[in-house]
Amino acid sequence: MSPSGFSTIRGQSPGFLRGLLSLSSRIKKTPSGYTNTLKGKTILQLFIENSTRTRLSFETATRRLGGANISFTAASSSVQKGETLLDTVKVIQQYGVDGIVIRHKSTGAPEWISTATRLPVINAGDGAHEHPTQALLDSFTLAEKWGSDLSAEKPFAGKSVMILGDTLHSRVARSNIHFLTALGARVLVCGPSTLTIPDRRLFPEFEVLAFPDSALPDVDAVMLLRIQFERQSQGAIPSLPEYRHFWGLTRDRAAVLKRDAVILHPGPIHHGVEIDSEVADSPRSLILNQVENGVYARMAVLAAAVGGVEP
Amino acid sequence: MILIRNAALLDPSRKLDGAKDGLRDLLVEGGRVKALDRPGSFDALPVREAFDVKGKLLAPGFIDVHVHLREPGHEAKETIATGLKAAVRGGFTSVAPMANTSPVNDSPLVTRLILERAKEANLARVYPIGAVTKGQKGEEISEIGLMARAGIRALSDDGFPVMNSAVMKRAMEYARMFDLPVISHAEDLNLSKGAPVTDGAVSSLLGLPGNPNASEEIMVAREVALARLTGARVHIAHLSTREGVEVVRRAKEAGVAITAEVTPHHLMLNENFILKCGHSCSHHQPRTDYKMAPPLRSERDQEALLEALKNGVIDMVASDHAPHGCVDKDVEFEMAANGILGLQTTVPLLLELVHAGKLPLSRMIESLTVGPARLLGVEGIGTLKPGAFADLVVIDPDEPWELKPGMIESLSLNSPFLGRKFKGRVLKTMVEGVWK
Repeated sequence: MSPSGFSTIRGQSPGFLRGLLSLSSRIKKTPSGYTNTLKGKTILQLFIENSTRTRLSFETATRRLGGANISFTAASSSVQKGETLLDTVKVIQQYGVDGIVIRHKSTGAPEWISTATRLPVINAGDGAHEHPTQALLDSFTLAEKWGSDLSAEKPFAGKSVMILGDTLHSRVARSNIHFLTALGARVLVCGPSTLTIPDRRLFPEFEVLAFPDSALPDVDAVMLLRIQFERQSQGAIPSLPEYRHFWGLTRDRAAVLKRDAVILHPGPIHHGVEIDSEVADSPRSLILNQVENGVYARMAVLAAAVGGVEP
Repeated sequence: MILIRNAALLDPSRKLDGAKDGLRDLLVEGGRVKALDRPGSFDALPVREAFDVKGKLLAPGFIDVHVHLREPGHEAKETIATGLKAAVRGGFTSVAPMANTSPVNDSPLVTRLILERAKEANLARVYPIGAVTKGQKGEEISEIGLMARAGIRALSDDGFPVMNSAVMKRAMEYARMFDLPVISHAEDLNLSKGAPVTDGAVSSLLGLPGNPNASEEIMVAREVALARLTGARVHIAHLSTREGVEVVRRAKEAGVAITAEVTPHHLMLNENFILKCGHSCSHHQPRTDYKMAPPLRSERDQEALLEALKNGVIDMVASDHAPHGCVDKDVEFEMAANGILGLQTTVPLLLELVHAGKLPLSRMIESLTVGPARLLGVEGIGTLKPGAFADLVVIDPDEPWELKPGMIESLSLNSPFLGRKFKGRVLKTMVEGVWK
């Protein structure tokens, strides 16, 4: 891992990504081998945007590696007093930290912060740009389910993944497009045209379709995205019932999936909107596996970026 | 009397095209151009000072119709004195500062303050631009007539469009009485609000809201319609899209009184630079130095702008000199202020285009002299005809140099061109017969 940390999936080599998957897997198999990886080290958890799950996941990962956390959330502090983020980081750095995990509403913030500090900076989600550890845990979960050979050049060759929902505002979608295609999967992006990534020219190749029905019987995984009503999604679709009618993973739609096709969702879930509750709780749903694997994936990233472990 | 010897004169107003028309001597008296003739013609005269430019280029002092001098109100970014220092270093002898100061230049009091500070600085000429609407709020027209009396030469709410078409129509009707051009920051905010980059491949990749070309096209088309309706003179600031160029071209063909400017950065850069920069730049250059309004557009737009400048659809180059400090620029991309410095980089950047064979030198000079002088309606600037102000710039078109932070006269350093190696620089600038 580069000394500046882990800001994006874009630009990472497929070999490096496979290495992180292997490390996640090794840690999950023998967690006892990593309990001192971050011993004596402190990670700054800098969450300048509301997040509960990702923050808890990163904090848990740090503790399991033997490290300590300093947590900073935007609601509490100097951001509201008009201090710049750069000043905030410079100040907290003086408390003696060894790495920074940052969640921020602005694209590129982790990369930019990494220019102002010598510490490794790990992106926990920046705006609608990237969420690299989410993509790592998603591919880890899929690789585990599919028994993929991580030493192969393209472990996901022959697999098709549909990303269904608001990709326009989704950092999860962007990181996953880069990650899944690097592993050789075919990626289909599906959702209302008002909420779909409009220009694909700088991305690796993926397909776009407005409605999911024609492709659902052929895919190996459906990765659902949340409709982000607190963000920009508002006004882009006429109503929740209309969304559910055309794009929701209803019982009827789930019924046409391949027998062994799986469902992922980064959470939190809107039951009855993007997915019906029965489908979310069905055996093909890997949603809780994702949460569990998220801790191992983040342990892998922290171990590599801060703990000096070779991925 | 001052004698300037052996100059390759470039004066598009008199069709003088440099060395190919032979060198000239130029005589200055009482702050005005007295005469110009073959070398040696004035040697018998009792001159107080003689300066041999040794075959270098001599042009009328350049005019920048779009700068932000930040005073009053934002003196940490720039003052009128430092901005004018940057102007004369960059070859500009006249500048038109935009109205987005604090308080806004929407009353004769602010206009007079600006002119007084400019007089104290005693560097370049200043032709203030008054706000179209009070407080640049887009609601009520400002004291246009009183500001005209106080010395404004144009109107603009630059930084903001006048979104309400009825208000803009009224402003144009009113401005006509005072023969003031209305400068439009052409942007449909309903399409572009909160969008820090152009809509396209880069915005999609970065997950940033995109400002579509249509945002500019729609407003340029509206200004054309209102200009036709009111008979006012309309000028489009910082044209950035090929669609906007096309609307201006058609309007000109139809005889509408419309002019347009382009910035050096929209000619030299495009959206891809936002990706190329980032954290690897040597002198901790924030990526936000590529954040502008309008945003850097695509390569196709860049090409269309250059073509339009060459063929005259775009009348002039304006720097949109926009100083901002670290506290405005070394922040999150979406929060960062728009714009970059321009006064000291405009001439060397345009010379790059000239050296690359992409822009004729005479057209470059025209776009910095004749075009802007006509917009401001000022007699005796932008030309070297006898009787004109002795506002001059001496340029070595071939001298290699590198732009270093220490050379910047502005109070701010927000330029993506720091560290750039240029070929050709401004050697000397004269305003009204005095070297600055």
